[in-house]
Amino acid sequence: MAVISLQDVSKTFVVRKRAGRLRRSKVEVRAVDGVSLEVDAGELVGYIGPNGAGKSTTIKMLTGILVPSSGVVRVAGVDPQRKRIELTRRIGVVFGQRSQLWWDLPLRDSFDLLRHVYRVPADRHAANLQSFVEMLDMDEFLQTPVRQLSLGQRMRGELTAALLHDPEILYLDEPTIGLDVVSKARVREFLAAVNAERAVTIVLTTHDLADVERLCTRLVVIDRGQVIEDGTVAEIKNRYAGHRTVVVDLEVPGPPLAVPGAEVVKVDGPRQWLRFSRSETTAAAVVSAVVAQATVIDLSVEDPDIEEVVTRIYTGAGDA
Amino acid sequence: MRLWWEVARRSFRRHSTYRAALFAGVFTNTVFGFLKTYVLIAVYDARDGAPINGFDVTDVVTFSWLAQGFWMLAMQSHLELAERIRTGDVVGDLYRPADLQLWWLSSEAGRIAFQILVRSFVPTVVGGLFFHLRLPTSPAVWIAFAVSVALAMVVGFAHRFIVSLTTFWVLSYMGTSQLAMILIGFFSGMFVPITLFPDWLGTIARWTPYPAMLQLPIEVLLGKATSASELAALFAAQVAWAVVLLAAGRWLLAAAQRKVVVQGG
Amino acid sequence: MGELGRKARLYVLLVRARVRADWQYRTPFVLFTVAQFGITFLDFLLIAVIFQRTPHLEGWSLPEVAFLYGTSGVSFFIGDVFISQVERVGMYVKDGRFDSLLVRPMGTLFQLSTEEFAFRRFGKLVQSTIVLVVATASLDVAWTPGRAGMVALMLTTGAVIFSAIWVAGSAITFFAVDSIEVVNSFTYGGNYATQYPIGVFGPWLRRFITLAVPTAFVNYFPALYVLGRSDTLGLPSWSRFASPGVAVVTVLVAMTAWRVGLRHYRSTGS
Repeated sequence: MAVISLQDVSKTFVVRKRAGRLRRSKVEVRAVDGVSLEVDAGELVGYIGPNGAGKSTTIKMLTGILVPSSGVVRVAGVDPQRKRIELTRRIGVVFGQRSQLWWDLPLRDSFDLLRHVYRVPADRHAANLQSFVEMLDMDEFLQTPVRQLSLGQRMRGELTAALLHDPEILYLDEPTIGLDVVSKARVREFLAAVNAERAVTIVLTTHDLADVERLCTRLVVIDRGQVIEDGTVAEIKNRYAGHRTVVVDLEVPGPPLAVPGAEVVKVDGPRQWLRFSRSETTAAAVVSAVVAQATVIDLSVEDPDIEEVVTRIYTGAGDA
Repeated sequence: MRLWWEVARRSFRRHSTYRAALFAGVFTNTVFGFLKTYVLIAVYDARDGAPINGFDVTDVVTFSWLAQGFWMLAMQSHLELAERIRTGDVVGDLYRPADLQLWWLSSEAGRIAFQILVRSFVPTVVGGLFFHLRLPTSPAVWIAFAVSVALAMVVGFAHRFIVSLTTFWVLSYMGTSQLAMILIGFFSGMFVPITLFPDWLGTIARWTPYPAMLQLPIEVLLGKATSASELAALFAAQVAWAVVLLAAGRWLLAAAQRKVVVQGG
Repeated sequence: MGELGRKARLYVLLVRARVRADWQYRTPFVLFTVAQFGITFLDFLLIAVIFQRTPHLEGWSLPEVAFLYGTSGVSFFIGDVFISQVERVGMYVKDGRFDSLLVRPMGTLFQLSTEEFAFRRFGKLVQSTIVLVVATASLDVAWTPGRAGMVALMLTTGAVIFSAIWVAGSAITFFAVDSIEVVNSFTYGGNYATQYPIGVFGPWLRRFITLAVPTAFVNYFPALYVLGRSDTLGLPSWSRFASPGVAVVTVLVAMTAWRVGLRHYRSTGS
């Protein structure tokens, strides 16, 4: 049963542009163009795309901030356009660059206020809070005013604030932006745990592809208002990353090796990069061929990383 | 010299982009112009038109509309400088070779010049459509008015500069700014021409710099300085206040700079 | 009653949080409140100055005009303390904060009024109350329970009318984000205009503040009943009791305007 459902949803904006000194021309921009998407309960979806692709517009329609120009949106069985307030009780939202906490008050106070805002039963609230404080190690700064928190600490607070009322769905807009490596890992661990233990459906927009690789079971890529890719991370990688590379360190620098099915794309002293297509040969075959011709000190096999894959998708290049 | 002209020119251009706010501001000025004028007419009606301190009803009505048009000379109590001081951004400004007071004077000159050009005559024109105004025909009076307006701008700026500088010591300038705004509004003739004040209050008012910001230029335009010596005295008052306030501003600036050095920003 | 009670409780909690946050900056805050208090006395001084030059304005005496000033001020500043913060909606729309309001399970008006609650505005309210009390004491009126009740009623309906004007005006900024100053000319202008008997204004302006933006019903018409004055403008005598009805109408208009503005925001984004 799909907990999020978009059926042929479009959103058109009218933008006024200056056409000369006084006149203005109206231009219609289709920010979202016929998007159909279904997310089942418990999925952890990465929703990515280049800047201006229509990501935040889609999220705004899902959370009830914007109403679609056409198409049907259903979240948790409810129409966000008509039942905004009812829906907000069942979702949590974290904006990476904006805070939803009370800025001048201790972090703890924000959590207490949210209990009343969302009408969470006291015992449930206390249990959730304790659990999150432990998971995110927030004890030492619970009494600190939010404005004095570091970005990493504040983000932990925002995540807690969004989950205290047991929402069914959690939307995250660039949650790891600006965080250091340790904080990013912590956030990812937390989200994975929440998704697994509490069955919270998570939709995540991000430009940090490590988030996608380490966290998301499913990846949806949007560009120019349309969904251009939708599948598991592994599937998409396979589709776009047909090549692998064997990197060999020879004992003695030599001319480019001749290996059937592989092409030497780079030589740097004793090191050579051999690229081959998965459909034509295998890493094992390439390695055997190399070892037969030369003495190898060290070797490794490289897969295209997710950045390369996504760049390919964004630039419209197919499997090259 | 060239630097100050550039600063003023850029400020002029920067302020020309805020169109919607401009319209809203002019609208508000005009609305309040109507309200003030009606009340003053009612006052004179109740006196059967008897003049007050040499001002008849046409004088005060003209005065009100001119005040609504030229309000920008007086009715701003602090500069963006105050915010820069509060956030600490000003420390960078203090280390620049350009003089801070002159820099802001040029910037304000540009801003006010723009606003006068675009806004000052709209309320007067609207007022003229509904009421009987008395504007001078002699070009000499208009020239004298222009001079007085320029002087008023300097006095207004110098006061604003001082209020902004208090942020170095008080940190939240909201209180001082509000207080300044009311003093300015009350004693500059913005709310009601100080000509209408009871004599004792009028005397007190004329010993403050505030009339120099608005009341005096308008008196010039209404032709209230009937002789050359009266006009000279009026200009002298404005110049004196400009000098005193600018000097006080420089003294405060030096004190602030010492403070910054000691505290390390 | 449960739903309303819960909303009221939430309102109190949120406002308390705001006040607690502001209290951290209490020195400038106290200075500011005191400054505001003193400042608004100067405001009343203008009226005193006018009455120096004439004993009567449109036939109204100083205590009577002070009564108008006081009732207008109290109504206006009640609205100022509790509702005027919705005029900041333009700022919220501009920097994207408004979206954060839409993902919370509370009305947007409710959130704006609690989030931007400013305790320091109480200073002006206190000053107007003092003027009102002194003016009322100086009035030459034969007090009846009806008249006393009317004073209490007009303060309430007056606050409602001003609040409605604030909300309706702020709703317009959904369509033109920088136009909030235009709204100020109706709210602050309305306050200023109602400090005087409306007879001073030209007929077109009188009609405007009676029928279009009905600030005349904040204090002028009820005052005619309290002061036992006859209306010089030929309006029916029941207009003195029309304030509650006018208040209801303005609230309906304001709520509709807000809903329309909100719908516009949700279909066009910021």
